[in-house]
Amino acid sequence: MTIGLPQYLVVSGVLLALGLFAIVTRKNAVAILMGVELVLNAGLLNLVAFSRFGGGLDGQVFALFGIVLAAAEAVVALAIVLQVFRARRSVDASKACELKE
Amino acid sequence: MTDPIVSAMVFYALAAFTLVAAGFVALSGNIVHSAFALFATLFGVAGLYAYLSADLLAVVQMLVYVGGISVLVLFAVMLTSGLDGPLTSNPTFRLGGGIVLMLAVAAAAFVAATAVPSGVESAAVPTTAAIGDALLGAYVLPFEVVSVVLLAALVGAVTLARGYKGGHR
Repeated sequence: MTIGLPQYLVVSGVLLALGLFAIVTRKNAVAILMGVELVLNAGLLNLVAFSRFGGGLDGQVFALFGIVLAAAEAVVALAIVLQVFRARRSVDASKACELKE
Repeated sequence: MTDPIVSAMVFYALAAFTLVAAGFVALSGNIVHSAFALFATLFGVAGLYAYLSADLLAVVQMLVYVGGISVLVLFAVMLTSGLDGPLTSNPTFRLGGGIVLMLAVAAAAFVAATAVPSGVESAAVPTTAAIGDALLGAYVLPFEVVSVVLLAALVGAVTLARGYKGGHR
């Protein structure tokens, strides 16, 4: 019943799979972004788990940078989604296929 | 964490909470439900960080992800899904391929994860002071670069979200 590294890696792997599923199957651009957040969290969870069980704090520092970059990514991506919505009245990613109106 | 059985039960409860919420994010047909499930997923990941004795990261996850990004996602959902009604707001396509991909990735991750040796758990000590030392010591250059990236993202997001309709402002 002891909790080791493999348990965390399984949780993170399932999180990654669910995020990929959302990215591949969603049409709504905001929902695709939610999938990206899931994938990022899976990766960061891996970093922290390896840092805990492999020794050293480097994994946690990298996870901190990852959180900051994920915040920047989310802000810019949502601003783009809002602009696409303003231009097309829809956030369907499979219809927004032109760079210019 | 004295009793290993209680400790394991806490871990499995946290993991189940996180993964069920993530399942709602990936599968719910209502995008508002997806957004609130994302809230719960990020909360669960913060709990897993705390369980990994990464105390600073758990708090940062709560502040940045739960308090910031998921509120931002909720704003985006509310601003963009008003036209076609929430019940049909989160359509899916290519479901078969998505399911195959999900199962393949989950199986590969499971095989790879169970092949990893369990590792030695380091002692549960507070990490905040050590991370602060690392950020202003060995990692001072990435730290400064990240601050520039944040500034660029801030300016870029404001410029993008404000938009322009001909002419300049």
